[in-house]
Amino acid sequence: MNFPIPFEQTMVLAAVLFCLGLAGVLVRRDAIFVLLSLEIMLNAAGLAFIGAGARWQQTDGQVMFLFILGVAAAEVSIGLALVLWLFHWHRTVDIDRASSLRG
Amino acid sequence: MIVTFYIAALVAVCSTFLAITRRSAVHALLYLVVSLLSIALIFLLLGAPFVAALEVIIYAGAIMVLFIFVIMTLAMGSKTRGGQDDNFSGPAWIGPAFLAAILMIELIYVAAGAPIQQDQVVQIPPKAVAVALLGPYLLGVELASLLLLSALVGAYHLAYHLGLRRPGGEEKSEVLE
Repeated sequence: MNFPIPFEQTMVLAAVLFCLGLAGVLVRRDAIFVLLSLEIMLNAAGLAFIGAGARWQQTDGQVMFLFILGVAAAEVSIGLALVLWLFHWHRTVDIDRASSLRG
Repeated sequence: MIVTFYIAALVAVCSTFLAITRRSAVHALLYLVVSLLSIALIFLLLGAPFVAALEVIIYAGAIMVLFIFVIMTLAMGSKTRGGQDDNFSGPAWIGPAFLAAILMIELIYVAAGAPIQQDQVVQIPPKAVAVALLGPYLLGVELASLLLLSALVGAYHLAYHLGLRRPGGEEKSEVLE
């Protein structure tokens, strides 16, 4: 099949974006940036699904992307509420300040 | 056709890298929006126009607005590291605007559509996606709606208790009733 965009290159792009997001999660200590990097990682996973769906010409990839979209929306709403909570208690968004659990 | 994919991929990688290395959260958001738009363009090139539209509307629209809302609520920007607020200092819009202009040119080139072999890319129409979504994936849709409902309840719970307490750690004793 003469597919115009090679499947491997889509996967490589998704892997690069995922690794950039992972590096952002590991390196940055700002909670906002950690959530941003999580968004990048989820988006890269969605790109992998879309690429696979385009490779085999099935709708399943797009359906899985819709699920990822729902997960990302839920995650970011809870995450940003927790960021507001963290800022409320500690006057900072440095996630190393929130390193201990209570209870 | 393949060149447009490479350019969009390059823009995506560059803007993502710039997004995670910015000091100011607002500048990072600008680059991240460009990254999401470039990935939306890649979705369009991969033959998924419905998902590309959803990427622009939900990711680059709704979720980024949520981020901006929180950042502006906290009004901190880069104050966590530097001390001064440099969210609005300097022409920070030039870099994202340049990358977005590249994407715009590319989108016009793709939308004009003359040199593209349209028969090579199999476009998966939104109708097929919807039929699959409400057919074999119906349970997944219900689970996703349940997840969103639980996120709504959780966010409401956090915001409700946030309103009852004073900053600085001590808990207000009276309850708003």
